[in-house]
This record gives sequence, C-alpha cells and structure tokens, in this order.
Amino acid sequence: MSHHESPSRVLDWSIQPPYLYSPYVATVRRAPHHPLVPLPASLLERTGPVYGEGDIGPLDHDLTKNAAKNGEPLGERIIVTGRVLDESGRGVPGVLVEIWQANAAGRYIHKNDQHDAPLDPNFVGAGRTLTDDQGYYRFITIKPGAYPWRNHHNAWRPAHIHFSLIGRNFSERLVTQMYFPGDPLLKYDPIYQGIPNIKARERLIASFDLETTRPEWALGYRFDIVLAGYDRTYFEEEP
Amino acid sequence: MRPQSPSQTVGPFFAFALVREGGNVLVDEKTQGEHILLRGQVLDGDGQPVDDALVEIWQADAQGRFRHPADPNYALADPHFRGFGRSGTASGGFWFRTVKPGPVPPSPVPCIAVRVFARGMLIHAVSRIYFSDHDNTQDPLFASLDPERRQTLVAERQLTPAGVVYRWDIRLQGPRETIFFDL
Ligand SMILES: [Fe+3]
Repeated sequence: MSHHESPSRVLDWSIQPPYLYSPYVATVRRAPHHPLVPLPASLLERTGPVYGEGDIGPLDHDLTKNAAKNGEPLGERIIVTGRVLDESGRGVPGVLVEIWQANAAGRYIHKNDQHDAPLDPNFVGAGRTLTDDQGYYRFITIKPGAYPWRNHHNAWRPAHIHFSLIGRNFSERLVTQMYFPGDPLLKYDPIYQGIPNIKARERLIASFDLETTRPEWALGYRFDIVLAGYDRTYFEEEP
Repeated sequence: MRPQSPSQTVGPFFAFALVREGGNVLVDEKTQGEHILLRGQVLDGDGQPVDDALVEIWQADAQGRFRHPADPNYALADPHFRGFGRSGTASGGFWFRTVKPGPVPPSPVPCIAVRVFARGMLIHAVSRIYFSDHDNTQDPLFASLDPERRQTLVAERQLTPAGVVYRWDIRLQGPRETIFFDL
C-alpha cells in the first residue's frame, strides 16, 4: 500500500473556483499568487476528527425550534434534505454537516451585520447534524431572505444557506452555499459566478422536491453534495 | 464518477455557527504531552490582519497517534485528545491550546495540518505547521519545498512566563506568502 505516499490530486480545478476572481472584490488582496504545491497523502491528511451522536443535540437540526424563545420564527418553513456522496457515488456516513443563514428578512444574528432588516427573536440561523449510514442529512429551517452587500453598486446576495461539511478524514472538507431554484439574483452574484463551470454552479441550486414536501406544513428541497477526498483515490488505485 | 461539489466562501458571518466556546482548546488537564499555545495572525496582501478568517487545525497526539481508524495505533491514542481545533480571528488573530504533536512515521519531525477560510476566499487554503526546534529538512515533504519559501511553514518557539508559545502567521499573499498545498 505504498501508493499512500504518492501525490494525488483531490480538487478538480475545472470545477472549483479560483482564489483570484476580481468581480468579487475581496479576493484581490486575499488570493494566494503562488501555485499550490502537491501534497502526498500522509497519515496526517488521511485521518481527521470522528463525530458521533454525542456531539449532536436533539434539536440541532431544527432551526425553527433550536432558538425559539416565545414562539415560532417568522417566514416560510422549509425542509432541506439530501445525500452526501463521494466521487464514486457512495453515500458518506458520519459527516458533520453544519449550516448557517440569514433569517426570513435577510438579516444575520452576527454583530457585524448592519443590514436594516429586523432580527427574529425566535431564530438564530445555525444548525448541525450527522449524515446517517447511507449519507443522508435533514434540516428544518426558514427560507432565508436576500441581503445587500457592498461588493459593487446595488449588490444583493441571492437567498442561500451556508454549508460546512467535515467528512471521514482531513481531505474530505467542503464549505459551500446552497441556493434556491429560479432566483433572479444568481445571474448578478460574483460569488456564485466565481465557479468556472456553469454545470458545476448549477449543482449548488437545490431542487424543489414534492416527496420531501409535507402537506399543510412545509415545502421540501433536495440538495445533494459530492465530497472530494482521498477515499476516491484509493478506490481507483486498488489493484 | 460524480463531479465534486464546488466550494463557496465561508463569508463574513460564520462565527455564530462555527466558532464555539472551547473549540480552540484541544486539551484538558489529563492530556499527555507538552501543552503549548499556538497563535498567529492571518494577513492579507497589504499585511493587514484579516479579522474574519476561520482557521482549523488537525494533529496527532503527543505520541504521534490519531483517534481515527486509519491509524494502525488508533487504540493507543490519547483519549483526552481529539486533535481538531477551530479558531476565528475576530480578536486580531487565532489561537489554540494544544499539545506539541509527536512525529508521525515515516517523518521524524512533528507537524500540524491547517486549513484557512475567509470572506474573499472562494475556496479554502491548506497549509502545514512545522516547529522551529526541529531539523525539518529530515521531513521528505519539507525538504522537497523551495528553501526560499519553506520557512513560512515554521512556527517559532518562544518561552514565556505563561508557558511555551509557538507563533505562526498565515500570509495569504505578498513577498512572504505562506506555502499552500493542493488539497
Ligand atoms: Fe451569507
């Protein structure tokens, strides 16, 4: 099994956004300029934190309840579910999935968010869960509102939910955003447009899902995620 | 083969969800090994501190073992050490209370894996921390790196009244840009 020490590329740069994408102004002074150095798959990168049920609270996946003080949060209740897969198409179990978002009015609880829109006393906008043994996760939340940012004149972020995933080892790590179908702001958003490949971009748009939708209660959205990582490489390299 | 999902920036507003109290303290009083404070700044191309970055570290315990099934010595790993830490930089920099890791064979010197996320980074950057009190050229990867640049990976050991401090800055850009890896 000496192949573990040979450099193996994990990220596909025809899919992943570049560091420098000048329409997103903040990249200009934060983008590394040197080419990335290939990294051999040592034990340091083939291991990572292991999470279990004890790390997750019973309401952590339900953002409509996990911060409720005296009622339900305002806005459109939604269910967001999907499957985390590796590049060979197998479900990835035990992935820590963390999400955060603005409330229905487009306002974050974060102290630096100065958008003139109301906070919701019953909504924080943070949740976490683990994928099950087939790689499935599920959240209940409120559809986030669009919000302005100062990247350029009249810049508005399309409605989105931030996702953070920690997989089976240090190489399986993704921070991304989920968007909603039919959002007219996607066309003007340099964060979304920074992904070089149109088909890859579109994979960040959840699909409306009638199967997930619950009658008289909430619309459902399906959002599958494919994690890059070393495990795919092993699979290909096994004799 | 499924095409991998693209990355997007962590944005400026992640701290309330991702930066939890104690998330940057990897040790308790029973954790084996030399307890250290690892601290530094994330700096942009103007040399200004980035105050909305997220830094994650992953490392072995003091014996060079991981609490992870890929490690053949998994069962012997320190039960008081998980090895993963997260820090924001809102207070001007990042810091972790951890232990000096043991070397992980076949490398004879210790190192820590690092990932940095920030507003203005559409995708994370991965780096490694080596330690100034070791001959890091004994490590095949370190030895293979550009000698002009590889010092950017070395944390400086400082003895302070409060204990051992390692200082390591992440320079995203500029003449002393940190070495980042393709991962
Ligand atoms: Fe956002």
